[in-house]
Amino acid sequence: MDRIPILKLRDLLLVSIQVDMHDRLAMQLQDELTAKISETGARGVLIDISSLDIVDSFIGRMIANIAAMARVLDAETVVVGMQPAVAITLVELGLNLPGVRTALNVDKGMALLESATPDVEDLPDADAGRTE
Amino acid sequence: MPVARSDTLELRSAADVVSVRQAVRTWAIEAGFSLVDQTKMVTAASEIARNTIDYGGGGTATLELIVEGPRRGLRVVFEDTGPGIPDIQQALTDHFTTGNGLGLGLGGAKRLVNDFNISSRVGEGTRVVITRWK
Repeated sequence: MDRIPILKLRDLLLVSIQVDMHDRLAMQLQDELTAKISETGARGVLIDISSLDIVDSFIGRMIANIAAMARVLDAETVVVGMQPAVAITLVELGLNLPGVRTALNVDKGMALLESATPDVEDLPDADAGRTE
Repeated sequence: MPVARSDTLELRSAADVVSVRQAVRTWAIEAGFSLVDQTKMVTAASEIARNTIDYGGGGTATLELIVEGPRRGLRVVFEDTGPGIPDIQQALTDHFTTGNGLGLGLGGAKRLVNDFNISSRVGEGTRVVITRWK
């Protein structure tokens, strides 16, 4: 079965969705990402959707859920790389992704997360002593 | 309306929704749709395909490449033999849902296509037809 890899980089979790997700895969990503935030104490989550050529209401809901769950676990979520045609379609569909921060690309998303989670920038060695 | 070509896909599982999305994408490209129009049609088809499985208990999606004079379009007919929809107006209302979704599926899909037709009989099933012209 497909699995979407979740990478940990310092205090951030990085996800790049490269496949056309079916609903169970989207649910699985939501569960795994939430577990991973709790397990690693990550302060930020960056989700790259530049390879997604559609976001329908189910995938949109999954993204909004991840952002909401991450917030409850003290982590910020940024969604980056949405294709213009996907953005146009999402708005017409009626989905406005409440509570989800977006950035045009990975660079800008990382900058947004670093400013939103000062610990990431100020204390790069904060988890140096942590064992995993 | 002359149908230049048609193909029917089964809708049984979540993976079949992905297959329908990919087929609609391929056909929309063949019909000469712009990227935005392709995306709208694929997204609308994804919403209805999921409804066919989640609420209709599965069914079929029939893709049709249609030609009307100089116009070319893509039509997708979704059919199930599920419980049917007692109140279609209510089902088309944004944020109304009997499941655990957002309630944007039917109303949202309607906004993404040029023609939208839904008919349903309680106890017999539901038929949704979406059409988008180039």
